[in-house]
Amino acid sequence: MSWIGRSLPRLEDPSLLVGQGRYVADLARGAAAVKFVRSPIAAGRILGIEAPEGELVFTAADLAGVRPICPILHRPDYIAVEQPVLAKDRVMFCGQALAIVVAADQGLAEDLAEQVFADIEAEDAIIDFEGALAEGAAAVHAHAPGNVLVEGKLRSPGLDAVFADAAEIVALDLRSGRQSAMPLEGRGGLARYDDISGRVTLYASVQMPHMLRTGIADTLMMPESDLRVVAPDVGGGFGQKMSLFPEYVALVWLARHLKRDLAWIEDRRENFLASAHSRDQAFSVRGAFAKDGTLLGLDADLKSNVGAFSCYPVTCGVEPLMALAELPGPYKVAEYGVRSRGVTTNTGMMAPYRGVSRPMLTLTMERMMDVAARRLGLDPLEIRRRNLIDTFPHRSPTGLVYDEGSYKEAMERAAEAIDVAAFRERQAKARAQGRHLGIGFSVFSERTGYGTPAYAARGMGIVPGYEIVSCTMDPSGFVEARIGSSPHGQGLKTALAQLIADELGTVPEKVRIISGDTDATPYGWGTFASRSMVIAGGACKLAAGKVAVRLKIVAAVLMQAKAEDVVLEDGLARVVGTNLSLPIPEVARAAYHQSHRFPEAGPGLVENATYDPGGTFSNACHACIVEVDVETGGVTIERFVVAEDAGLLINPMIVDGQIHGGVAQGIANALFEELVYDETGNLLTVSLADYLPPTIAEMPTIEIEHLVTITDASITKAKGVGEGGAIGAPAAVLNAIVDALSPYGVELFQMPATPQRIRALIRDAERKAHG
Amino acid sequence: MKPASFVYVRPGSRSEIVAALAEHGADGKVLAGGQSLVAAMNFRLARPGVIIDINRAGDLDYLRPSGDVLAIGALTRHAAFHKPPVEGPLGALLAKVVRHIAHYPIRQRGTFTGSLAHADPASEWCLVAATLGAEMVIANNNGERTCPAAEFFRGTFTTAVGEQDLLAEVRLPMLGAGWRSGFHEFSRRAGDFALAMSLAALKLENGVITAARLGVGGVSDRAIRLSKLEQELVGKPPSKALFQDVAASAQAGIRPTADIHGSSEYRSDLIRAVVGRALTEAAA
Repeated sequence: MSWIGRSLPRLEDPSLLVGQGRYVADLARGAAAVKFVRSPIAAGRILGIEAPEGELVFTAADLAGVRPICPILHRPDYIAVEQPVLAKDRVMFCGQALAIVVAADQGLAEDLAEQVFADIEAEDAIIDFEGALAEGAAAVHAHAPGNVLVEGKLRSPGLDAVFADAAEIVALDLRSGRQSAMPLEGRGGLARYDDISGRVTLYASVQMPHMLRTGIADTLMMPESDLRVVAPDVGGGFGQKMSLFPEYVALVWLARHLKRDLAWIEDRRENFLASAHSRDQAFSVRGAFAKDGTLLGLDADLKSNVGAFSCYPVTCGVEPLMALAELPGPYKVAEYGVRSRGVTTNTGMMAPYRGVSRPMLTLTMERMMDVAARRLGLDPLEIRRRNLIDTFPHRSPTGLVYDEGSYKEAMERAAEAIDVAAFRERQAKARAQGRHLGIGFSVFSERTGYGTPAYAARGMGIVPGYEIVSCTMDPSGFVEARIGSSPHGQGLKTALAQLIADELGTVPEKVRIISGDTDATPYGWGTFASRSMVIAGGACKLAAGKVAVRLKIVAAVLMQAKAEDVVLEDGLARVVGTNLSLPIPEVARAAYHQSHRFPEAGPGLVENATYDPGGTFSNACHACIVEVDVETGGVTIERFVVAEDAGLLINPMIVDGQIHGGVAQGIANALFEELVYDETGNLLTVSLADYLPPTIAEMPTIEIEHLVTITDASITKAKGVGEGGAIGAPAAVLNAIVDALSPYGVELFQMPATPQRIRALIRDAERKAHG
Repeated sequence: MKPASFVYVRPGSRSEIVAALAEHGADGKVLAGGQSLVAAMNFRLARPGVIIDINRAGDLDYLRPSGDVLAIGALTRHAAFHKPPVEGPLGALLAKVVRHIAHYPIRQRGTFTGSLAHADPASEWCLVAATLGAEMVIANNNGERTCPAAEFFRGTFTTAVGEQDLLAEVRLPMLGAGWRSGFHEFSRRAGDFALAMSLAALKLENGVITAARLGVGGVSDRAIRLSKLEQELVGKPPSKALFQDVAASAQAGIRPTADIHGSSEYRSDLIRAVVGRALTEAAA
């Protein structure tokens, strides 16, 4: 009996559902409170910092000898920038840490923080592309005049020719507002100092515990072995918790310096101000189309506002270079030209957020397909049909190799589920009553589960990608798998237990997955980039497979059979074609306690395995129906269909959960969330009254159709699925809004499509109509 | 997100509260439901020296219909209006409006008079009080006085309630037979502050509007009662054209405030939409 493909309830959930999750703040009782004093000024020179005498207040001067955070890309077009743990001579963005205070509790720490005064000579802040890229603009970083920290360029030789010959050229300017990944739990850390060993244990709400340890140890110039990093229960990350932040370096420094336990628990305002941002992008893209709708070429100028610093380890290249590499998405396009820049400004640092550039890339391609279809008199689905990739492996113009997928099939499935013909009838009737319904589609690819080759190709100084898993069956037949991935809400432990249970003929309840502790797990990269099911899953399958080989050898000796005739299933080691069997725990015990009898297997049941795949592409089509209230600009999502191909589903319920969460964040991007700076670089959206994640009241029911393409690119046959919901949803929503407003002839290229932006488009159209 | 330190007192009755207010003067701040005050304190935007917690003053927890007014005591929670608190048009109106106030848990704690005393420009209850012409009962150590809604609201977070005063009671006029109401609010998400909202109450007799109340909230520093437009409605039969005209006049007469969620021009468009819809609902 196989556990794969079963919607097993998540093994992680019982403690979370009864309020017994252990988050950093739960562990922090009794620790002194750390509070960071942050700059209220976006750009300026620090003239001095005054602090009350006799209190625990630390500034950059105290941290002399601590190295700045400085991630590297080995590219000639990359300019490395140093992020100090505390601002030294200059402040670079509003919210940057200037000083640290330590007090007995949080309230006292906040009182003390108010008594620290920074004298800052303010300068004009550069906050947007216009300011940063203007002729003669001041340099945010003195050694990076021009304010471009990374710039990638490509141009295929035939590009100009296809534009010269094009029947239709579609030129679009698209804009995505700045967003926060906004995990429910903010960042936070508890640093515990051990007097005897001198070691520090840092409990932190992070996605990449091993990377954090390396980063902190390098910055503080200490041996990694003196630091243990533990990610306990983590309340969401979505990419925001995969970078090395100055606050964690400061905590470990403080613990070593003060030799006491210290906790920093971020509040929501601080999370908005000082944690990572993303998606502040402006794309100008031209598409050359033949008369029949064939996309002949793409010419793109892509800009990403990366903020004041470069995130460690993936660098500020993460958005611009993803944009450069993956713009064509699921479409065949022979000629491609692109310039993609990471632009530095006096704003919060950009770091990955679920989807990384691809929500904007997908918006670009999907809006382009709709605009081209209208101009060429084609049905929106037909123009996609004519351009979607359909032979595999497919090589993209940037050299990416797409494994087998179901791009067209997913689109047809979504169109069928949402019933386009019936909708068009309903739409016409509604319009006659003055109601504006619209339908929108979004087809996309989701590159997942990529290992070191993909990161090495970016030129990253630190090349993530592989996962190592150590799998042990103990003498009682229970299994432990120690993984370098660091799940934080995904349900990965359940899915891995299902996978391992199948390899070892046991049940998921007897498989414990250990993660998120650098003392207890092999070096690994954490959980991000839709990688863990593919890569940690692959390594689990390999490691458990090796344990199974040993078990079979032992069982074969015990039953005087051949190892190749032994199968492991239903808790038994069975000899095929006989009625011989042994309970697996008996075999396991023998492997440890009678090892002298099994020289071929060797003692014990411990195996390591590594998996480092090239990557696999998932694909999906989102289709949605909206109603637009033309008087208010309000949008209601009536239906939302996802036809998704993530390969073999290990646990379909968990896959659905990933899609639900992703679509919610995609809808947030499309309609609601935006971080807004004023012209001085002051962040205006620092609470949930102004930054607006959708609530359950704004969420439609999400209808999911699964397609299953079996790939050779993943040894578990599973593809990644963590980001697709967020990638695809915005384009479907915006296309539906434009369709709803087709009587007004308006176009929409900006996210979030807020009511006031939509109403402004309608107002302009009404004014034009009335002359 | 911890408040600055403060002294906490918890008087047990209305008279003890006004005595405490007299004692602490400008340092004192009344804590009722705390749904705005506590958040402001946690952000350290508000730093009251003395918190006067009125939640144990049982003599302020009442809803009293008496004659032609409904008297609402200072401890009456929003949730008390989930079902109509009185029979007739006023009760129906209040039950219709209350579900737009924030979220269910907040409505269990926040109070009607607390909303009025806080005077957020986007408060639904402030719009109700302004539009219906509520009367406020303001108490202090020297006795009590009444204040009409038109004089009560002075601007954003500013009212006629002085440093030593308690807004002890609010009296809403009962709407008699023949009155019907409509309310429409536009906000970004369910439970968010209104970007614009309108309350309309119409008295219809023999197919003609014989009296009207009309107000707009969320678009200015305080809720606006549109008295002139009320007069335009009176004497006419309800019609789509009439309501569209009145909505357009409302739009033309107000220059709305702006914030990141709505420019002045956008809110201006919303005024027309919400006034038209509130009137239509009232006449339906």
